[in-house]
Amino acid sequence: MNSPVKPALILAAVGAAVILVPLAAPPYYVTLMLPFMAYGVVLLGFNLLFGYTGLVSFGHALFIGIGAYTGAVLTTRFGIRHMEVILLAAAVAAAVAAAPVGALCVRYVKIYFGMLTLAFGMVFYTFLLKFYRLTGGDEGMRMLRPYLLGSEWAGFNKTAYLVGPYYYFSLAVLVVATLLMWRIVSSPFGLCLRTIRDNPLKAESLGIGVSRYRWHAFMISAVYAAVGGALLAPPIGNVDPTLVYWTHSGNVVFMVLLGGFASFFGPLLGAFVFIFLQDTVMSVFPYWRLVFGAVLAFLVICAPGGLMGLFARRPVPLEPERG
Amino acid sequence: MTANLVNVIMGGVFHAAILFLVAAGLQLVFGVQKIFNLACGSFYALGAYSGISAVSYFTGHGGSPALFIVPLALGGLAVGLVGLVVERGLLRFVYDRDETFQLLLTFALVLMLEDVIRLTWGTAPASTGGLYLAYGQARILGSTVPVYNLIVIAASVAIALGMSYLLGRTAFGRIIRAAADNREMAEALGVDMRSVYARVFTLGTMLGTLGGALVIPATAAMSEMGVELIVEAFAVVVIGGLGSMRGAFVGALVVGVLRSIAISVYPELEMLLIYLIVIAVLLWRPRGLFGAAAA
Repeated sequence: MNSPVKPALILAAVGAAVILVPLAAPPYYVTLMLPFMAYGVVLLGFNLLFGYTGLVSFGHALFIGIGAYTGAVLTTRFGIRHMEVILLAAAVAAAVAAAPVGALCVRYVKIYFGMLTLAFGMVFYTFLLKFYRLTGGDEGMRMLRPYLLGSEWAGFNKTAYLVGPYYYFSLAVLVVATLLMWRIVSSPFGLCLRTIRDNPLKAESLGIGVSRYRWHAFMISAVYAAVGGALLAPPIGNVDPTLVYWTHSGNVVFMVLLGGFASFFGPLLGAFVFIFLQDTVMSVFPYWRLVFGAVLAFLVICAPGGLMGLFARRPVPLEPERG
Repeated sequence: MTANLVNVIMGGVFHAAILFLVAAGLQLVFGVQKIFNLACGSFYALGAYSGISAVSYFTGHGGSPALFIVPLALGGLAVGLVGLVVERGLLRFVYDRDETFQLLLTFALVLMLEDVIRLTWGTAPASTGGLYLAYGQARILGSTVPVYNLIVIAASVAIALGMSYLLGRTAFGRIIRAAADNREMAEALGVDMRSVYARVFTLGTMLGTLGGALVIPATAAMSEMGVELIVEAFAVVVIGGLGSMRGAFVGALVVGVLRSIAISVYPELEMLLIYLIVIAVLLWRPRGLFGAAAA
């Protein structure tokens, strides 16, 4: 970007637009914003691992599932309906699960890290699928409408609830998550992660505990995924094991790549474009996977920097073209 | 008791025979091209559907049901040529890239092929009808096993032997092993990598599509069968060791038989057991049981 003013302006304009969406747009599009915001939280955390630390998890849906199922279990089994409590419980559950899983996974990098995370994800998937009495099996569990800020919002029907209070609640969570992640990546901790990504050997010899930093990044990204997963559950209304299936993890990687993993806001853009493009494609052509597969293949071959990479290239003519 | 045990084990070995074919394709491609091909499951599904089409064309034109295995295998092998298109059209652009991008490109193939199958063959499950028992049943130690299963097991073992001959004893096999070991050196010695990669990937794809075609008389084809199989093939190669043919063989037997036993003893365990073994192997021996020399 040319000057620091321009990104700030863009950010302010986007922020204002997002706040005004429920007032101006038809409810259908407003409800599409809800998964965008949920995935936004997931992807912010995922990119701490992918873009900043250089580890690609192919099992991140595990933590999305933990978050979503935490919400479903708390609301249906324990009668706990406060969304704030659900988010907190999801974060704690994810941290508890991610501590051992992460400690084992970060001993490996590259393809082995990807495979190990995929295997852990599939363990949870088969658990959800097979232990019918605990998890509802392939039918999943219902996610009851949560209370927000201690209020039931009884006067709102389902759509009004989702496009009103729930929309702004999700937005608030996304904003807090974004600010927090911004703090994390610009802290010395974030700098260490980037060092580890670029040169783990050098990082180690500079006294950075590579495994410990990777482990911390893994846990933070797991907590983000679970909070995002918990946010995703109320708009769906029913959580089922497909949330944890490995192709869902693949879609998470896809979204980050679509937006651009090299940029802080890339993943948010990726989630937005993915969800609205999917909706548009599906409305004209039921075979969205064919279109999205082609888009992904194009991105990988021609534009690995994603959409942000395409935008960023133009204002920086000094950068040498790579063949 | 023995009859039951034989039943369970033979079921597992049949499944292992199929898994071996898909995993062998995965191993071959990983060993030489260093690409973990997530789409090998999709090739398997593609082979299943085209096998069905070939068989129904054959029987529809007066072919004898007893010979159905011929069009089945040919249909499976023929669609494997799609591997050549994929390699030349997509994969060759990413050989120099980070393996994350290679993995994502094969994920793009998974997405595309799943819908290509839906578009071509529809969403309803398809099958070859009642041909499964066309060869009758054999009695082994008091249990009945379809002869077709025995044929597939024999074919899979024959292919395993053929692969080990190809890799170990032929000129092409030596080139493949050289390319797997040290790509630059092989290239410097005059090996045309483009053609090696194209042939290896096509061969790997054909193993997968043949596996899909051969499984289909025993079950029904669904468009999701590919993404389900990839996680099993993945377990096979992790347990056996990435890039190792012997590993694929042993891994397939472990996964196939254990899964079969788990289903009959405690169905909830099924794949859970397999994934737990995968995790144990990855932690204890990340290179797998036979992968020490690879990677």
